[in-house]
Amino acid sequence: MTASSVLAATSNSGAEIVFWVCATLAVIGAVGMILSKKPVHSALFVALTMINLAILYVALSAPFLGMVQIIVYTGAVMMLFVFVMMIVGVDASDSLIETIKGQRWAAIVLVLGFAAMLIGAIVNGLQGVPDPSLVAANAEYGGNLQGIAKIIFTDYVIAFEVTSALLIVAALGAMLLTHRERHTPKATQEERSKARFLRYAATSELPGNLPPAGTYARHNAIDTPALAPDGSTVPASVPGPLRERGNVRPVDVAAEVEVEEISEGKTVVAPINDEDGEQR
Amino acid sequence: MSTTHYLVLSAILFSLGVLGVLVRRNAIIVFMCVEMMLNASNLAFVAFAQQNGNLNGQTIAFFVMVVAAAEVVVGLAIIMTIYRTRRSASVDEPNLLKY
Repeated sequence: MTASSVLAATSNSGAEIVFWVCATLAVIGAVGMILSKKPVHSALFVALTMINLAILYVALSAPFLGMVQIIVYTGAVMMLFVFVMMIVGVDASDSLIETIKGQRWAAIVLVLGFAAMLIGAIVNGLQGVPDPSLVAANAEYGGNLQGIAKIIFTDYVIAFEVTSALLIVAALGAMLLTHRERHTPKATQEERSKARFLRYAATSELPGNLPPAGTYARHNAIDTPALAPDGSTVPASVPGPLRERGNVRPVDVAAEVEVEEISEGKTVVAPINDEDGEQR
Repeated sequence: MSTTHYLVLSAILFSLGVLGVLVRRNAIIVFMCVEMMLNASNLAFVAFAQQNGNLNGQTIAFFVMVVAAAEVVVGLAIIMTIYRTRRSASVDEPNLLKY
């Protein structure tokens, strides 16, 4: 066994390890995409597949495409999917009702047949082809990126220019499709203020801010209702969910008595001793 | 690794994408399955580029990525619009197109 064949064997085994690991993970991602109930999990599985495909691109001596795959697909496209899911609602899960009876099983059988046909054709058609190598083509202009640039800017320059038009049209289309026309003019600050005071005149609903939790109370914790000047509590100052759950802290009766005594001039606050006995 | 391995992986991923399009009802997941199919074809392009010893296949894969990005933008905008009018992201819902 010569030194070069040993080197070839080790590099081949390295490529094989990369292929089998990444291919397994990519297929796991694709299966997970189909099987997961929640769309966000599906998106993460697709991101897994796409990262592994990027590694496979690098292994196929296409480092530029590998980087573009990561930046465009996992970075931009999948995050766009996740954004749209956040808007549409992450719990918009699938209905499991089949609109066409037996469609799911028919789909599985058909896809198995389709995959068998594709794989059979590939394995048959590629028998005995020589071992591939892109080293020469990549080295021709100094690197993979330079080689692709040469092809894009000579043979495919018109397609490349059309691509820019396509991207602009896509951006415009997205803006046009998601644009919502405002049918009524936007209320100005003055109008909103007038409406607030008219509501106050009609229903005596206070036009100002509600007191925040803890105003005039002993604590400023969020569950402590504000005290109105007459000593009554303002339930609206505690957030709704806390009120719903009954987590509002009641007014301490002893504290009320204490406040009353202070306002009557009796000093009832006990002196506090420090740890070293010094009185404050 | 021979090109056959990569092409078989590409075929498997493409078939899984087809399966997802056929069985899932959520429009966003269907759309992700379409992306999966585009990626699988990209893998085939890159594998064939290596087999043929020139970079044309990689260039085509690059253009496929550009078109896929544009397609995602418009497609998601359409899904958003349908969701706004129908309050649903299911592909079974926009069946009013039939009538």
